[in-house]
Amino acid sequence: MIGLATLRRSGAVSRTWAMFIKEFVQLRRDRLTFGTMIFIPVVQLLLFGFAINTTPRQLPTAVLMHEESDLARSVLAALSNTSYFRVTRVARSEAEMDHWMRSGDVLFGVEIPALFERSVRRGDRPALLVVADASDPVAAGTALAALEGVVKTALARDRGLPETIQSVPAFEIRQHRRYNPAAITSLNIVPGLLGTILTMTMLIFTALSVTREIERGTMESLLAMPIRPLEIMIGKITPYIAIGFIQAALILVCGVLIFDVPIEGSTTLLAVLSTLFIATNLSIGYTFSTIAQNQLQAIQMSFMFFLPNILLSGFMFPFAGMPQWAQVVGELLPLTHYIRIARGIMLKGATLYDLQLEALALLALMVLAMTIAVRRFRRTLD
Amino acid sequence: MRRNEQANGTIAVEVEGLTKSFDGKVVVRNLSMRVVRGQIYGFLGPNGSGKTTTLRMLCGLLTPDSGRGVALGYDIRTQNEEIKRHVGYMTQRFSLYQDLSILENLEFVARVYGLSDPTREANIAIERLGLQGRERQLAGTLSGGWKQRLALGACILPKPELLLLDEPTAGVDPKARREFWAEIHKLAAEGMTVLVSTHYMDEAERCHEVAYIAYGELLAQGTIEGVIEGAHLRTWNVAGPDLQALAEKLVGTPGIDMVAPFGASLHVSGRDAAALDAAVAAFRDEPRLEWTLSAPSLEDVFIDLMSRSQDNFR
Repeated sequence: MIGLATLRRSGAVSRTWAMFIKEFVQLRRDRLTFGTMIFIPVVQLLLFGFAINTTPRQLPTAVLMHEESDLARSVLAALSNTSYFRVTRVARSEAEMDHWMRSGDVLFGVEIPALFERSVRRGDRPALLVVADASDPVAAGTALAALEGVVKTALARDRGLPETIQSVPAFEIRQHRRYNPAAITSLNIVPGLLGTILTMTMLIFTALSVTREIERGTMESLLAMPIRPLEIMIGKITPYIAIGFIQAALILVCGVLIFDVPIEGSTTLLAVLSTLFIATNLSIGYTFSTIAQNQLQAIQMSFMFFLPNILLSGFMFPFAGMPQWAQVVGELLPLTHYIRIARGIMLKGATLYDLQLEALALLALMVLAMTIAVRRFRRTLD
Repeated sequence: MRRNEQANGTIAVEVEGLTKSFDGKVVVRNLSMRVVRGQIYGFLGPNGSGKTTTLRMLCGLLTPDSGRGVALGYDIRTQNEEIKRHVGYMTQRFSLYQDLSILENLEFVARVYGLSDPTREANIAIERLGLQGRERQLAGTLSGGWKQRLALGACILPKPELLLLDEPTAGVDPKARREFWAEIHKLAAEGMTVLVSTHYMDEAERCHEVAYIAYGELLAQGTIEGVIEGAHLRTWNVAGPDLQALAEKLVGTPGIDMVAPFGASLHVSGRDAAALDAAVAAFRDEPRLEWTLSAPSLEDVFIDLMSRSQDNFR
């Protein structure tokens, strides 16, 4: 055992103390690190504590009514009463409903067949179809489980039906789990992971690019050369698009070969929209790079951006289950839109028509980030 | 109009009343100067005197708060892009890519300036620099002297008309410095205008004209002889034993403005010849000391200028 006195005599204590003091002084100067220390625990904890909900309610539902009867309305009311379903859209055709399902606008589609009420009265026990987007098993699961009670509630409301019909189930609810009928988690996770991994790597690639030039002193001579901010940005971003593309291909090949994830839709469309997503993230990383003063700050900014991307994009927790404000924040994140694109194309066979809004959102975010970056980029050392 | 007038004329740089401050601290104050084409113009002054800031304003890296200036016929406030195309700026700190090879760095510069055959241009520069056989070496692994030469090579690759060098030889050994200056003279002879900042006096003497700047103000400019004459400084050279004790006695005596050791002797200078002679009269009879009148060196003049401007600041 070395005694404290021995340690002190050897100078170890004062040297350690010197280092301790120096670190504190440097930490105090670095306001962003200070901000990160507050932001990450407090804000993130509060935000996500309130935003995340694994038994989502009020899920967007579309109805297709081949018949407008009292009983049909009772069924819809009963669905709403479960608090799991919220009828947000009324479809005019099956095609329209399918489009909404593929684009992710609704998670459920309820189809009330023609002559529904008459068949019930006759005791034919007709089937009412509930189509669920099971690409996210968590989001669909609890709601589907609640369907059982719907028949009873609906009939209790509709006193006009004969007693006999009320005793045996007068109609049947046929569930149809689309896109991932076996509720295999990996089918849902792999497309999400594709987006998450791309976000993380792409952000870091470009977040460092401008700050590195500043820290290494190369920015000074770069600025003295006849090259414009837009030219610098595009020249810096494009090589990483290729890298991101290779990365995406690698994840997809693994997903398909190892996890049996299908690619139902067009591979070309997936490639094109993935490239757009990669470019969007690179632009955002580049924007951080023009704001941050050093590489550490750039990494911290990327991290603070990355966290909500994981938690609020629908990657880990059902998007539709989040409160309204969290959904608004989520819509501002590129990963939210890309996850809808990746799941849409891979699991649902979505087309560009189904995904046009998501693609436009990505494009808008990219242009916004690039505009900020070019404006923020300092042409001089003033 | 103005551009043609200036471009065909003999003036490369002309600035008037340039002022720049950072966070309320004036770094360059009301600076005016003029540099003739094809000249090597030395920019001297202590650390933090505003040399770098002035050079940066000339190449469009900083915008002056007030004042106007023309470099190669282009307005330094509004014609940034043209200036960047025709002015080479070598930074004080090595600012090429350490993780690129010599060839790759030079090719990058050639491409940014849109030269038609970047690889050929880079190879010509490598030959000129005497770096053949080391093209593939990473720039970061070069010694200080070679880094400076490479940086200069990169600067002159696009054939600028005006070269701004910010303390190019700081930390470089004497032999490399001499070679560096030989190269600069060669470039000037070829018609390039060179503005070089330094705080080495021996380098000042290699310039055609010099300007002395301290605390953001231009204190003197012209040829070296002109600057020395203009200072109206009378200097005695004292040799003998125990000069340190003598120096301590002389400092602060009215009439003596500066006492500085100079090799094995002491330089005692004053602006007022009569007052200086009166002040040293008491010591001139000392038999062990040998007093001779000498011409003030450029360093004497600059130290004097600096102490005078320091007085103004107090």
